[in-house]
Amino acid sequence: MSKERIDVKKTYKLFINGAFPRSESGRSYPIYRKGSKVLLAQPAQASRKDLRDAVRAAREARSKWYSASAYNRSQILYRLAEMMEGRRSQFVEEIMAQTSASKSVAEKEVSEAIDLWVWYAGWCDKIGQISGANNPINGPFYNFTSPEPVGVVGVFAAPDSPLLGLVRAMAPALVGGNTLVVLASEKHPLSAITFGEVIATSDVPAGVINILTGIRSELSSWLASHMEVDGLDISGVKSGSGEIRALATENLKRIADFDSSTSPNRILALMDQKTIWHPIGI
Amino acid sequence: MSENSNPFTYAPAPESRELVSIESSYDLFIDGKFVAPKSKKRFPTINPATEEVLSKISLGGKEDLDLAVKAARRAYERVWSKLPGKERGKYLYRIARLMQERAREFAVLETLDNGKPIRETRDTDIPLAIQHFFYHAGWADKLEYAGAGSHPKPHGVVGQIIPWNFPLLMLAWKVAPALATGNTVVLKPAETTSLTALLFAQLCLDAGLPAGVVNIVTGDGSTGASLVAHKGVDKFAFTGSTEVGKAINRTLAASARPVTLELGGKGANIVFEDAAIDQAIEGIVQGIFFNQGHVCCAGSRLLIQENIHDLFIEKLERRIEEIRVGDPMDKNTDLGAINSKEQLAKIIELTQSGEVEGAKAWQPDCALPSRGFWFRPTIFTNVTGAHRIAREEIFGPVLSVLTFRTPQEAIEKANNTPYGLAAGVWSEKGSRILWASRELKAGVIWANTYNKFDAASPFGGYKESGWGREGGRHGLLPYLTHSSTPRVKSGKGVRR
Repeated sequence: MSKERIDVKKTYKLFINGAFPRSESGRSYPIYRKGSKVLLAQPAQASRKDLRDAVRAAREARSKWYSASAYNRSQILYRLAEMMEGRRSQFVEEIMAQTSASKSVAEKEVSEAIDLWVWYAGWCDKIGQISGANNPINGPFYNFTSPEPVGVVGVFAAPDSPLLGLVRAMAPALVGGNTLVVLASEKHPLSAITFGEVIATSDVPAGVINILTGIRSELSSWLASHMEVDGLDISGVKSGSGEIRALATENLKRIADFDSSTSPNRILALMDQKTIWHPIGI
Repeated sequence: MSENSNPFTYAPAPESRELVSIESSYDLFIDGKFVAPKSKKRFPTINPATEEVLSKISLGGKEDLDLAVKAARRAYERVWSKLPGKERGKYLYRIARLMQERAREFAVLETLDNGKPIRETRDTDIPLAIQHFFYHAGWADKLEYAGAGSHPKPHGVVGQIIPWNFPLLMLAWKVAPALATGNTVVLKPAETTSLTALLFAQLCLDAGLPAGVVNIVTGDGSTGASLVAHKGVDKFAFTGSTEVGKAINRTLAASARPVTLELGGKGANIVFEDAAIDQAIEGIVQGIFFNQGHVCCAGSRLLIQENIHDLFIEKLERRIEEIRVGDPMDKNTDLGAINSKEQLAKIIELTQSGEVEGAKAWQPDCALPSRGFWFRPTIFTNVTGAHRIAREEIFGPVLSVLTFRTPQEAIEKANNTPYGLAAGVWSEKGSRILWASRELKAGVIWANTYNKFDAASPFGGYKESGWGREGGRHGLLPYLTHSSTPRVKSGKGVRR
């Protein structure tokens, strides 16, 4: 009679509109421990319908997120960092299980991801100050320019980095006030869903971030061509970005396509500048 | 009472045509020289107010573009990229000054070639074009403060395609920021309006601008398509229809070359019940009839609060009856000629659809000249959001009137379009203006004014109205490679 306790394994599901549903298609796909046949999990294999549901949720969440004050959004994103810190060991273990990363490499990835949230969180109430302007007009008008979110942004997470690639793309888009539909890494999807649990406990309104796991080739073109998606971050796309850009042309989605550097330009790539005029007079 | 016995009747006050001399034909401007097109083909450019042929314009083709792109590359590598910003800026200042000196000549030429009233070319197009060069001249040696990192770099050779509605002004919007940021240019003017661009080419020579820094290749749509397909161009900027803009972007998608797009619009001009009515009437008139409505940001949809609809429309019609339609060279003229036969046909087709779909048309009973292309100022009432005249860009002097009851409904209707270029708000209540301005999905919001432009003011659209901004500090950014960056460009990121 063994005294060994049987541990309770997690079911990895999608994250849509603040809930964790399975794919409506009933499908899942296996993720094995790196270099072995040991099953780690069977995350959901999202369908086109799941993608549509995620876009609808993101669309409806727009006003909740952008009408929150910048100070408030800043605190919510900072709280993501707090919640990640509490789950640090889980993130480290998942990265090690999915990739061949050593513990110290995995630790470093988690630390960088957390610090990145802290860095970007602080931008919410500053991005408008560094990128907006009062414009000196040749005439009696008050004229100012300020950045606004484009709306719903589709994020193609990088395939090779389970956590950091995801955060690099999500954080700037959220700072800009956008709501997201994220395609997690096909090979390493588990960190994304665990991150969904962080979101669910961080006061991020439901629908602001939606995460889909599954087969990239089944979902990419639908996300790129969806008429209710306003922007895309394709920095994580390794090949086929030309095709995505061509599909995105249909409704002229804004495209962010960056290297791994961290910059406020990444925030601004998914914002539009609005200029407002008003006459000055007695 | 005969017209002459009425002391308040306008006497014609025509501007002198003698201010310009138009050559019988024009060459392309490549590498600092005027050269014949390889094809030897030329096409007529006409005065749309009289249908008189003004001159013959060269039809540029692939070979010509190849030479132009090579010249621009050579100029970029050997001269322009090596010139310090403060020296580049001096060329732009020179151009601005030369334009000021010949401003009236430019205005007359523009009016003859485009059909827009001399009052507008003289008071709006040309002064704004000059301001654009003057404004950007001052940026050339201050780019490290533009917000594109401490070592901003130009792209290299920029391909630019401009429309016929503001020919010289659109040239200025494109060429001034491109040169200020250190790029060299291959520009294709619109098929029907090349003359002021060719006079500008002469000005580049007069200013001593190094050969190849600006190249102007005239032609038609095929010329533009060849420019877009040219692999030697590092960045594109296009102003024109959304349809063509999308086609351009599909061509460029595979190579991910950067592109700025200023496309169509269906601007909503919202009048709340508490608006200053007479001011709003002037703003609505300016919003839709300025430049014959050939304006991408035209306020072509009037959204009027239901309880003031009847009074407002009555006053608006009375005001429109005062609009003077006719000879664009007459300084009294408010509404000039439609730019081309094709554009007139498009306006007629769309307005006919308005009547077929059940909207009610109203036009003043004004006389139109017997030759040329003309369309009376037109208002449609009883318009619903589903009508084509409420959804499609007419690009003519045609206003579609819709009503709303609540502010939320106004915003919903205003935003119910794939476009997002400009919108107007009329109200005497500050908080309502700021609320509506925030809710409207458009790149330019004119509150208690409309159709105002300035070199220092960023212009550009949301949604399918385009990518990027032109004018102001923001307008420089698309012409610079940021120091943190698109993957396709090399560059070091800003470190935390």
